[in-house]
Parts: sequence; C-alpha cells; structure tokens
Amino acid sequence: MTLNMGPQHPSTHGVLRVVLELDGETVVKAKPIIGYLHTGMEKQAEYKTYTQSIPQTDRMDYLAPMSNNLALCLAAEKLLDIEAPARVQAIRVLLTELTRISAHCVWLGTHALDIGAMTVFFYCFREREKVLSIYDMVCGARMTASYFRVGGLASDIPLGLLDKCETFVDEMPAHTDEYEALLTKNPIWLARTREVAPLSRRDALALGATGPTLRGSGVKWDLRKDLPYCGYDTYDFEVPVGQNGDAYDRYQVRVQEIRQATRIAKQAIERIRAMGEQGEYRLRDYKYVLPAKEEVKTSMEALIHHFKIVAHGFFPPVGEAYAAIEAPKGELGFYFVSDGTPRPWRMKVRSPSFVNLQTLPTMVEGRLVADVITAIGSLDIVLGEIDR
Amino acid sequence: MDTMTVAAGATLTPERAEQRLREGFPGAPLRRQEGAAVRDHTLIVPADHLVEICTFLRDDPEMDFAILSWVGGVDYLPRQPRFEVVYHLLSIAHHCRLVLKVELPEENPQVPTVSGVWPTANWHERETYDFYGIQFTGHPDLTRILLPEAWVGWPLRKDSPLGYQEVAFTHNTPERTVPDPDLKKLAPKKVKYRAH
Repeated sequence: MTLNMGPQHPSTHGVLRVVLELDGETVVKAKPIIGYLHTGMEKQAEYKTYTQSIPQTDRMDYLAPMSNNLALCLAAEKLLDIEAPARVQAIRVLLTELTRISAHCVWLGTHALDIGAMTVFFYCFREREKVLSIYDMVCGARMTASYFRVGGLASDIPLGLLDKCETFVDEMPAHTDEYEALLTKNPIWLARTREVAPLSRRDALALGATGPTLRGSGVKWDLRKDLPYCGYDTYDFEVPVGQNGDAYDRYQVRVQEIRQATRIAKQAIERIRAMGEQGEYRLRDYKYVLPAKEEVKTSMEALIHHFKIVAHGFFPPVGEAYAAIEAPKGELGFYFVSDGTPRPWRMKVRSPSFVNLQTLPTMVEGRLVADVITAIGSLDIVLGEIDR
Repeated sequence: MDTMTVAAGATLTPERAEQRLREGFPGAPLRRQEGAAVRDHTLIVPADHLVEICTFLRDDPEMDFAILSWVGGVDYLPRQPRFEVVYHLLSIAHHCRLVLKVELPEENPQVPTVSGVWPTANWHERETYDFYGIQFTGHPDLTRILLPEAWVGWPLRKDSPLGYQEVAFTHNTPERTVPDPDLKKLAPKKVKYRAH
C-alpha cells in the first residue's frame, strides 16, 4: 500500500510530504518530498546587498533567527577579511546560545507532543517565551530578529538585558530537570524512542548529517569545539555524544546541549559585564560598517561613509568565502561569491535540516509506520530552512 | 564508547591534500584557484577525474574526507566556461576543509555524480540540477527537488531574471501575461565608482 503523509500533517513540522510504501504496518520505502515552502531566497539574495539579505535569513530556520544572522555575517566578514570586536563576539555567543536553548525547547515540546506527552510542550514553551521576550528587548522583534550586522550588531544591547539573561540562565537548569523528570525515565517515552529510528555512525557520515543527529550517532563533532568561531575555543563546555544513534540518544544529546548552552551563556554574560554593559558594538571600519549615529552628526567623513553604505552597500573584494556555524540543528553555512559589487554574485545556503532530512529513509525503512513520526521529530527539521 | 577522537598533531592542511593529489593523479590537470580573496583553498579539477579524486580523498587515511559538506552550482555568465559545480569537503578526523570545483561549458553541462562516493550528494546534486540544469551523469534520481516537477527553465541561471516567472494561479487575473524579460533593465545595476 502506498500512503501519502503530508504536506498538511501536524507531525511533519511544516509542509513535509513523505510517500510511504507499506507492507502491513512495516515501511518498505519512504520518500521525502520537499519544496512546498521554496521562496527562492538564494536567487533573491543576488538582487540584494549583503545587509539586505539578513532579514531573509530570519525566515529560514525561524526557530533560530539569531543563528542564521550570525552565519551570514560570519561569511561576509570572512569575505571582507574583518573581525568583529571581542565584546560583539561575546554578545553574539550569548544570544546564539539562548537561541539554541529556545530552539531545543520547541523541538522537545513538539517532539514529545507527537509521541503523546502533552505536558512537556507547555513547560517548554514557557521557557521559550522568556527567550522571545529577551529578543524583544534586544531588537524589538520576537522572532524575526535581524539583529546582527556584518562587523557588529544593529545597536548596542539595552541596559538591564544582562540581568534578565542572567535570571533566565540561572533558572534554566532547574527547568531542564523538570523536562527530564517528565521524560528521561518515563517508560512510555523509553518504549517510543529507545532503538527507534536508529542511524549508524557510518550512515550518518555518508549522508552528511551534522549537529545533534550526527552526535547522537556517536561522532564527537561540534564546530564550536573543532573549527571554532566567535572565540568559542575560550569557553568551557562539553560536547554531549550518544552511543546507539536512536531517537532516545538524540533526545539525550539535545537535552544535555541545553545544559551546556546555559553554561556558555553564563560565561558570556560575565565577559560582557567585564567589558561594560554599554560599549563597543561595531567594528570601526567605515568602509564596511555604518558609523555610530553620534559621529554622523559631528563628522563629515562619517556622514559620507554612512551615506555611501546606506545608498550602495559595502564593496567586498572579488573572491569567495564559506563560513559555517554550529546552529541548533547542525552545520549552517553561507557561501558567497563576490564580483566586487555590493551585491553577491551567488549566495548558497548549506542548511542543516536539508541534509539531515536525507537520513529519514535510512531510519524508517523496515520499521513500523508509527516510528516515522518519532523519526521526523527526532531529526528536528524546519521546513523554512530546507526549502529556503 | 566508540566515539571518534582526534589524535593531537594529526592535522591536515589543504596544501598537503593538494600535494598528495598531484602525486596521486599525475595525469589530471589540477589547478589552484587564484585570487587574494578566495578565502578557502580551492582546487579546480577536471570532470572526468572527479569521481576517482573524490574516492581517493574519502578513503586515504591521511586525507579521510568522510563528509561532503555540500554541493552547489555557480553561473558565471558571460564567462566561458560558464558553470561551476562546487564541492565542499570536510575531514572531521583532521579538522580540514577542502574545496573542489569543476568547470562546465555552456553547451550541455554535465559532470559525473559523486553520490556513489558520498550518498549525501544525492539531494545536493538534485538541487543543483533543479537550479542550473546541470546534468549529473549516473545519478540515481535526477529530478527536480525544490521546484514543482512541471517547472520550465533553470531559475538560478543569470539569464533567468527575478520577477518574470510564469504565475502558477491566474484564475482571478486572466489577462495577466508574462512579458519578455528585458535582461538589461532587470540586471542588478552596477555602480561605476568604488568607495575606496
């Protein structure tokens, strides 16, 4: 029997369609069909300046907008061969780690909801709401942040933000304990996730999986540790790794990542405090970065730079660059080809969900149809990012 | 626990990878991409040697490029050869990235698939085919992936301008027609002077 699942199906986390060939309750063949959310972002980027593409990225992985902003900015910075100041790096680390917590909260809530544990959803969204209100405080938007800029940030962080973040980070471990109390030893949860949707280490590597999907299969690979950016090598944290590559291991990896993310965020808050609650939030290289508003009012040079960057954008050298970050879902990278004009000749997005979804047939073929739901949930996909 | 750990000092540089490739494939014309702002080590390889080079890079213990990070296309119209297919390789054992490129002509661009080397290439190559119309010979399922199956044209080619696609649903605007794309008018404006 051929069964069509999706694209309008609540457990496909968006508009994923899977065509399942069944023999009784066993899946013989599974074919994911994507593209229902394709908006041509890579094409549109060729008609926009680098900065104008930042709001586009919010709409890719809409559960982790700050991570997407960061990946684009790092790729553009690599192309321009500039580096953001240390304080900016720390703020970026703080906000992307909070993003990781919120993205994992949404994943845990919806994944548990798919399998039938409803309570977790409410608990997780309670914490996610706090991260969204931090976003709101930082940039005025709850989901479409567009807060990072090439060479810095859109504006300085508001006073009182660090206190708010600290309160959140301090209470997060207790909340994580709550989630774990509901699930980790829950017999129903164990029955639905243990040895379900397994992915061997070999398959995970061959299929190019990254992020918690790869680490759940026992490969210790985290770009923050192994090819560090934003000064992650100076933070103290651990990379959780699974053993069996089943849905339960991916659950464990992500829950432990929430704990590690709170650790990193805590260290980032201390560093920002040490460098000042208000301070440098942009690189002072006016060829590429907007000068501060105060300077524009007093300096002719700054006014000219301001005008030129707003009117044309910055002019990168002819060349190309690829930069990747460890987003909540895996390796998120941007590849820019520049022809020397303010608009990229080509922007390519390497989105983790697109690649991770390819492992779905390997996980479910030969197994029960009910496990397809678990497999999709445990992959943590976002269709906005897959289809772009 | 059977985790992959990295021995200290076992670092591979892209320069070393290039040297090994030159030794291993003396017949293949390899070229390093020039340019100060080419930020990653990029090798341009011939299409007919691609699969053996990739197999070598994956299997050789000193190289060990276990992951193909992504594959993508670029259209350099009006340059000849017009297309490029870019392969980003990642060696997680040696913390090293390497970029391979294949240049393809405007007429009948085709390149052998590497989905036999890294199965992950399957979707990446479908996406490149979908966007640029580049044929991957030997690919198990070379069909459109992101665009609808009935789509006509290759949207990311530079002669396919933004905003002039056929509209899928025209039942409420029957008079709507698709104008001829005026390439000169639609291409992004080039700014004559530079800021520095």
